Amino acid sequence: MLVVEKLSKTFGDLKAVDGLSLAIPKGQMVGVIGRSGAGKSTFLRMVNRLTDPSFGTIICDNRNVTDLRGRDLRLWRASCAMIFQQFNLIERMDVLTNVMAGRIAQTGFLRSMTRSFTKDDRIGAIHALDRLDLAPQALQRAGTLSGGQQQRVAIAKALVQNPQIMLADEPIASLDPANATRVMDALREINQTDGLTVLVNLHTLDTARAYCDRIIAMREGRVQFDGTPAELSNEKVREIYGTHDLSGGINEAVTSTSIAPNSFQQPRQAVGA
Amino acid sequence: MTTLPPAIAQFETDYAAVRKSAMRVNLVSTVLFAFCFFAAASIGGFFDMTDVTLSNGDRVSMWKIWAGLPRLGEYLYKTLPVLHLETLGSDLANWFWRWKVWLQLLLETILIAYLATLLGVAGAFLLSFPASRNLSPNTFVLNLTRRYLEIVRTVPELVWALIFVFCFGVGPLAGVLAIGLHATGALGKLYSEANENADMRPVEGIKASGGSWFDQIRYGIVPQVVPNIISYTLLRFEINVRASSIIGFVGAGGLGQEIRVAMSLQEYTDLSALFLIIFVTVIIMDTVSENVRHRIIGLTGKGV
Repeated sequence: MLVVEKLSKTFGDLKAVDGLSLAIPKGQMVGVIGRSGAGKSTFLRMVNRLTDPSFGTIICDNRNVTDLRGRDLRLWRASCAMIFQQFNLIERMDVLTNVMAGRIAQTGFLRSMTRSFTKDDRIGAIHALDRLDLAPQALQRAGTLSGGQQQRVAIAKALVQNPQIMLADEPIASLDPANATRVMDALREINQTDGLTVLVNLHTLDTARAYCDRIIAMREGRVQFDGTPAELSNEKVREIYGTHDLSGGINEAVTSTSIAPNSFQQPRQAVGA
Repeated sequence: MTTLPPAIAQFETDYAAVRKSAMRVNLVSTVLFAFCFFAAASIGGFFDMTDVTLSNGDRVSMWKIWAGLPRLGEYLYKTLPVLHLETLGSDLANWFWRWKVWLQLLLETILIAYLATLLGVAGAFLLSFPASRNLSPNTFVLNLTRRYLEIVRTVPELVWALIFVFCFGVGPLAGVLAIGLHATGALGKLYSEANENADMRPVEGIKASGGSWFDQIRYGIVPQVVPNIISYTLLRFEINVRASSIIGFVGAGGLGQEIRVAMSLQEYTDLSALFLIIFVTVIIMDTVSENVRHRIIGLTGKGV
């Protein structure tokens, strides 16, 4: 169980996250939505401790992780794997090394500097790659892969970290619909098979509806909505995105990444029409 | 006359204001530049006059540069050897009469440059990361390493050589240390600039997986900057070959000591022979290293 209490982050005068309190049970797949600048990314980065919170606490399984330092902090980061919009891979190294880098927190200084990961690390890495159908690409340079493949390499790297939580910061925002579907399917499969808690920031409402057990909407650093996809009504969507400057409403089809709309819900007009 | 839409009218006003301020900046910087140029040139003696005696015996005042230029040709002419087509072999042998010593010293010169480059690379590589604004653990370490690199590169090789000759005596050891120290400073600056231009996303990727500062550098930065590092290093090697051929002036090994002797004994043809040797060596070094450099930049397929 991941609990955040009154979590806040200020950048100068800007309150990016403002007193966020949440409890996320183990194994839940949570979609975090909201307009750009609502504090979604800052929230996820604070959980991983890439960004230090200004106030508040983060507690995971009754352990306060807000003030961890040094090795404990690195092990915490390893245990809540982070996936980025831009993949953040080492493009000049091969895919296998990129995945083995997920073991970096457990790897000693000399082994790390000489790139000599253990045999177990290599076996774990190739199995994770195989799970994401990328074993044939293991020896290619990461930079030569397509965006969707790179994102799946990043997921494989996250998997070898043996995380309790997987954080995904807009993982499909720079992918085409087919690759976006593959990546989201992979995340859901990991959530269901391994029972990992998955927190995913999304720009696409229909993706959040289709994949997540629970949707948290943020606005101006606060929780605006917290509930199941079914509870996210048109009026709620309107409140979250603040559409006062749009004449119509929000058309989910505009941002939809679904390739076959008929297979699940027909994207619908959120407001108006 | 058609009235403009308000948004466009506003743009026209803003555009005129931006243009006006750009013109003002241009004007001020041009005036400033011209002033600095003339001030520097006059302090540097560019506008000085000198008295010369013409061939008919008249003394006239002349612009110094104009008066001095012919003497350059005179000096170069003195260094030219006397070569005859029929006795070319013996003339050449006469010109390069000390070739055995010179070749040995040339080898010493290149070895000084090689060893000094290695020292410089090792120091610069290690110091370039704390000296990069985007990687330094804190501002104290950043400033400390930056100031150190500045100091060792601001002091010229020749001055370091003087100091090291005093410490370690005459010989190539002083030269290696002097050039190596200067190269550390110069390369450290270049390496750290390459680091600062590196993409930080891989660094964040490693950090988020629990990598230490060293891991972040090793995996996030090093693979990106290795082609730059190799390129700068080879360039530095070329520079160091030139530097090590001069450093013998103060007794720190290499061909420089021969140049100094030839100059003080006014053995002008020896000078031209030595310059020719250095010139050919530098050209060969430049061509080889440029080829290697381009091949490496092209062959960045495998990360290091």
